[in-house]
Order: sequence, then structure tokens, then C-alpha cells
Amino acid sequence: MALLEVNNLNTHFFTRNGVIKAVDGISFSLEEGEILGIVGESGAGKSITGFSMLGLIDKPGKIVEGEIIFNGEDLVKKSEEELQKIRGNEIAMIFQDPQTSLNPVINIGHQLMETILYHNPSVSKKDAYNACIDILKLVGLPAADKRMKSYPHQLSGGMKQRVVIAMALLNNPKLLIADEPTTALDVTIQAQILYLMKKLSSNFNSSLILITHDIAVVSQLCDKIAVMYAGRIVEYGKKEDIIFNPQHPYTKGLIECLPKLDDDKERLYQIPGIMPSLLSLPKGCYFKDRCEYADGECDVYPPEQEINGRRIFCHKVK
Amino acid sequence: MTKYILNRLFHSALVMFTISFIVFFIMFKAGDPVELMLPPDATQQEVIEMRATLGLDKSFLVQYQKFLVNVSKGNLGNSFIYGQPALDIVFERMPATMELAIISMLLSIIIGIPLGIISSIKPNSILSRIIMFFSLTGISVPVFWTGMILVLIFSVILGVLPSSGRGEVYLFTSAFTVDGIKHLIMPVLTLSIFQLALILRLTRTGMMEVLMQDYIKLAAAKGVPRKVIVYYHALKNTLIPLITVIGIQFGQLVAFTIVTETIFAWPGTGKLIIDSIQNLDRPIVVAYLLVISFIFVAINFIVDVLYTFVDPRVRV
Repeated sequence: MALLEVNNLNTHFFTRNGVIKAVDGISFSLEEGEILGIVGESGAGKSITGFSMLGLIDKPGKIVEGEIIFNGEDLVKKSEEELQKIRGNEIAMIFQDPQTSLNPVINIGHQLMETILYHNPSVSKKDAYNACIDILKLVGLPAADKRMKSYPHQLSGGMKQRVVIAMALLNNPKLLIADEPTTALDVTIQAQILYLMKKLSSNFNSSLILITHDIAVVSQLCDKIAVMYAGRIVEYGKKEDIIFNPQHPYTKGLIECLPKLDDDKERLYQIPGIMPSLLSLPKGCYFKDRCEYADGECDVYPPEQEINGRRIFCHKVK
Repeated sequence: MTKYILNRLFHSALVMFTISFIVFFIMFKAGDPVELMLPPDATQQEVIEMRATLGLDKSFLVQYQKFLVNVSKGNLGNSFIYGQPALDIVFERMPATMELAIISMLLSIIIGIPLGIISSIKPNSILSRIIMFFSLTGISVPVFWTGMILVLIFSVILGVLPSSGRGEVYLFTSAFTVDGIKHLIMPVLTLSIFQLALILRLTRTGMMEVLMQDYIKLAAAKGVPRKVIVYYHALKNTLIPLITVIGIQFGQLVAFTIVTETIFAWPGTGKLIIDSIQNLDRPIVVAYLLVISFIFVAINFIVDVLYTFVDPRVRV
């Protein structure tokens, strides 16, 4: 059985201007030790998908429908207290911006140790401290002893992200959700952090959901890829299939956008237009206004098709 | 750190020197106290003699220079009216004012911060709306009005609280005797309502802003209980701006108890300064303002030190 199975998840935000369907009926699954990449533009609903897994949807948002079966239990049905035991323990999350993910007035040591102590009250402070030192060494933070007493402003962005990753790994979670873990970092550090995450998730045998807008990142790390557009998954399948043989016009466009070394084009490809506002989605296929293949058929939202183990929503793919 | 403190002390001295000059000048220009001090039928000769005794016949600069020389010896001059050292008179009245200010501030903090937190967690609940309604009222109603309405209700109509004076004093304060506490209730309420509302609203705004931050969401994602997130992770961040405001407000409380003290005939420095300005009693006015500015300077220093405990980013 899969570690995580998400079925028809709907997370909506009830705003004054109308209902925003940030996540609109998505389904995917994840085996133990597998890495899933969720790719899409800003506002496609990737982060909200991640937060839905933890039940951390702030008002006016709400999971209105669907199931998140984790370890055989539906997280959507769980109470706040039950979820609190799972957060940071069985499912951990790494945030986008290390500059803002750590509390500026609490030292690193406390922020790390509380992750252990709230989940395992029987652990002594000394043991928790040692566990933190070990994990800081594991994520490659020099002078771990000294760092425990440091405050976030005394660390560089890359160091902070290592701390955040260490924090997520402390309780050896079964599932790790990384929301754009490298977007805010220098390019030189990005590769290190990605490699570190891949190494650690295989060391700990954790499954990983990697949320990113950077399809190049996913192509290095992931086993499976889900491409999201305006709150829905448009193409979902094995990495090799998606990267080397994209079928959905949107996925094709995303891959086309990447610069290639052996290519001497003057300009990079762009997908024309922008993603529609979630409050005024076009009738039919959400991508049709930007799609070069669109015609009258696309005025109806495309049905799900399953082609060679790949799920795709497009009338033009047969 | 030593260098920092010395620097601060130098600045403080400069501030106080400037204040003394301004106040001295204004009081010099304000008029001749001698005419107020002597009976209306005093002879010209008596007036001239009186001026000479008080040194008021000299030019402004000579008077100011003499003042500075005396200050360097720790002498702020004698009151024209009471004939006693001005500083002694101010200090004698100080406990009554400090008592009002400290009790009001503590009350505002103890009630304001928790209510602010409560109203920030669920900003749309009925309880929050009630709290916000009363805080808006509190911040809008002028102090003299609150004071007089309290007197009307509790002294005139109900007759349960004394309308004036300080009551029985024990160990510099009336907070230790029943009679004293009865006298304290209304002045303290009058003073705290505005402060309480201000602190409450600042706490609420600060908390609402902090609770939206990524590090709060990450703490929740780590499985930290909500109570700990609110009362430790978030509150510690909110305290930073709050401490600044509480410091400034405390200085204002000490300096501007004038209205409250006048309404309740509270024998503090506020009442003293009003009387002294009317009598053109320059030494007391100057001494009072120097003491108040010293308190301001000291509070600012304490706030800076407190800062270093709450915010690791400003540690020297």
C-alpha cells in the first residue's frame, strides 16, 4: 500500500470576492522512499497542496472535499490534536524562505530541541541536545555546538536552510514536504542543498514531496512528477516520461522554457500570456487561452485519460 | 558596553542642559514673581529690596550663569514661595505621583496585554469585538472627562469613594492601607483607561502581524502546541515594539498626571507644577522639569537595556 494517497483533494478559500479553488480535485500517490515533484507557476496551488497535507490551512481556507490517506488513515478526518502529533513527527515540512522560517528571537538550539521535546516528552533535554548536534553535523553545519546558541540573524541563508532541513529530519519523518527549498538561495548553494535532501531522504528512507516552479530541479531529483496548473493537475507520471516525452502542451512549454547548452537560440521560449486568476477561470480547459493547439473542443474541461501509466488532461493528446 | 553607557550619559547631560536653558528662559520672560509674592500695598522700596534678595535684578545671562554654578554644587535654588530648596519640594511630592503612574502602568500592562492577545487570536469572535469596542472608547475619551464622570458616579451619586486627596499613607504609598486604596481607585482608573486601551490595541496589532509570519507557520508544522506558539513564539516578537511604547508612555504618565491630580486634588508633582507656574516660582518649575527629563532619559536607558534581553539582534 502506498504511504500517501491523495484522492480528489479540494482546498478552497472563501473570500469576499468569491470562492478561490486553490486546490481543485487533485489526486496522486506516493510510495515509501519515493520522491514526487509538484511543478507549476506561482499561484498554481502547489504550496496549498503541501499545507493541506499537514492540515495547516488558515482561514478563510478549508479542505472541503477529498481524502489524504497517510499510513492507512485519513488526515482530513483527524482532529487538530491528532494532527499536531503528526506534524513535525511523521510529516515534516521545509519552507521556501530560510530568512523568514526561523523565529528571530529564539535561539537555534531551542527551536530544534522543541521539535523533539513536544513529540517525545520522555526524552531528556541532554539527549535532545545531542540529537540536535548530530543532525546539524549531518546537514553539514560547521561548529554545531556553537550554532545551537546562535540566533537566526547570525547565520547565512544557506546555513539557515540547513537548520530548517535539520529541524524537519529530527524525528525521522516518513514524509517530507519541501516547499521551494532552494528558491531563496544562491545558485551555488542550491545544488548542495538539493543533493543533501536527496541523500538524507534516502538515508532516512523518507518519502519526499518537492514543490517547485523549477522543472530543472525536479528533473534531477524526482521519481514522479505532477504538473499543476490553476489548482489542478494537468499531467502526472514517471519522471522519464514527463521530462523526455512531455505530452500536455503546458508541460511541453515548461520544458521548452529551459535554456539548453547546445542550442544557439537568441531568445528563450516563453509560454504566452499568464495563468488566469482563480476567480475568473475560463470555461473549459483552463490552459486553452495560452495553448497553440486549442480549438472548439477545449471549451469543455478535458476528461482524465490514462496513457501508459501517465495521467493527462488534454483533448489533443490521444 | 562602558563606552556605550558613557556615551549615553553624555547625551543625557546635554539634553538636560538644553532643557534647563529653555525653561529658565521661558520662566524669566513669563513675568515678575515679586509682584505676586508681596501684598498689593507694598512700597516700591520693598519691591526693589525683594528683587535684590532673590537676585532677580540681574540680567538673564548673569542669573543663568549663577544657576549653572549652583547646579554644579548640587543646588537647584530655593523656592521663591516656600523658601525651601526646590529639589526637596519636588522630591517630597514625587512619591505620590510615582505611585499613581506605576500602579496605573502595571494595571494597564497586566490587563492590556492578555486582552490584546485574546482579541488577536480570534479577531472576529464576539469577545474580540466587545474588547475592541471598549478599547476604542478608552482611547477616544479624554482623561478629564473620565475623571469627572467617575467622581459624579462614585462620589456624588453612590457616595462610596472619596473624591479627593490621598488618604492614609504608609511607607510612601497609599496602596497599603484600606483608606489609601479607596482614594487610589478613581485616579488610577482615570489614568489607566487610555494606557490600557493603547497597550491592548498595540498588542493586538503586533500579535496579528507576527502570527502571519512564516516562522509561526513553521512552528505549527513542527507540531508545537498552539498555546506555546501564541504565548512564547509570537508574544516574544510582539514585546519588542511594545516595550518601547510602554517606556515612552510611562514617562508621559509621570509627566502628565497633571490633569488627574488636579481633578482629584492629588498632592503630587502635577499639582505642584501647576501651582508653581501660576506663582512664577521659577526654581520649582526648573527643578521639576529637570527631574522629569531625568526620568525620561532613565526610562529610555532602561528600555534599551530591556531590548537586549528580548531581541538578540540588538545585543551590544
